[in-house]
Amino acid sequence: MTIPTLLQGQVSVGDGLPELAYPVTATTIVLGALAARDWRPMHHDKDFAVNRNGTRDIFINTPNLASWFERYITDWTGPFGRLQRVTFRMLGSIFPGDTMVFRGTVTDTGVDETGCGWVALAIAVSVDDDPKTTCTARVALPLDADDNPWARSGDRWTP
Amino acid sequence: MSAIGIDDIEGAIGVALYEEVGEFPVEQGYVWTTCSSVENGNPLFWDPEVAEEITGGPIAPPTMVSVWFRPHHWAPDRSTPGLPLQIHFDLKEGLGLPEAVMSDNTIVFHEPVRPGDLLRTRQVLKSVSDEKTTKLGTGRFWVIDVEYRNQRDDLVAVESYTGFGYRRAGEKVGA
Repeated sequence: MTIPTLLQGQVSVGDGLPELAYPVTATTIVLGALAARDWRPMHHDKDFAVNRNGTRDIFINTPNLASWFERYITDWTGPFGRLQRVTFRMLGSIFPGDTMVFRGTVTDTGVDETGCGWVALAIAVSVDDDPKTTCTARVALPLDADDNPWARSGDRWTP
Repeated sequence: MSAIGIDDIEGAIGVALYEEVGEFPVEQGYVWTTCSSVENGNPLFWDPEVAEEITGGPIAPPTMVSVWFRPHHWAPDRSTPGLPLQIHFDLKEGLGLPEAVMSDNTIVFHEPVRPGDLLRTRQVLKSVSDEKTTKLGTGRFWVIDVEYRNQRDDLVAVESYTGFGYRRAGEKVGA
């Protein structure tokens, strides 16, 4: 198969990532919580979520949201993209019936002291244009067709 | 496991606690379940030939690193469900804050995690704030670092959590 490869030099500050919209159901939330081995009841028990957490329904758990952000980023980079770091800020919850929309932009690019190319991203997942979680990420990308960030380790990988 | 009260905080900061080995090795089935849950079609996780070419064999999605430490909900020699991020719960108990949310979470990724790896972890309390009032209630913010290593002692990730433990308005201390 042909492996899609986004090179670091093809990316500029201000570039936008393709938007991803996804309709959230109770299944989305329960499947994600169980995939993340998060058994806490606010992610599968509506009575608990409403009466103990004071939320209007069950909501997506943070570890699964991290998986959504990773998917969003690597949909754009292809498999050669290697996450270096991510920071999430939770602003609100995502419930069944919401359509969550991921949008992202490139905020910086560079090459570190080991010769590893990277890009920095600012991403948000929103519902009705209200940001629910923001994510800043730094992702290593190949500098050319012979480069592979995954081949780096030890002193050559400084995330 | 022990509660961390207000008088214990200074002594607890910077101390590595709860060093433990995962209850089970990193497994391919959970990788697929997680990728399926977010419709992640990255061929690294689905096509062994691509994984071999790019990452030298199968790997787990980096953001799954904490998944490998969430205890089974039940185990035969345990009477209560295990709790990940135990320091978080020690603080809730010790400070009398019945509710809690996580507000910030940073993960730095080092060596890839691969199916079959058996990871170990330890938790370090980095800080606890003075009492604050937010729209959720009154309580304290805290930062906990979780370090993950594989069976070869390679660092695979460091995760920093910011939590907010609180009492809802009108709730009594220690309720």
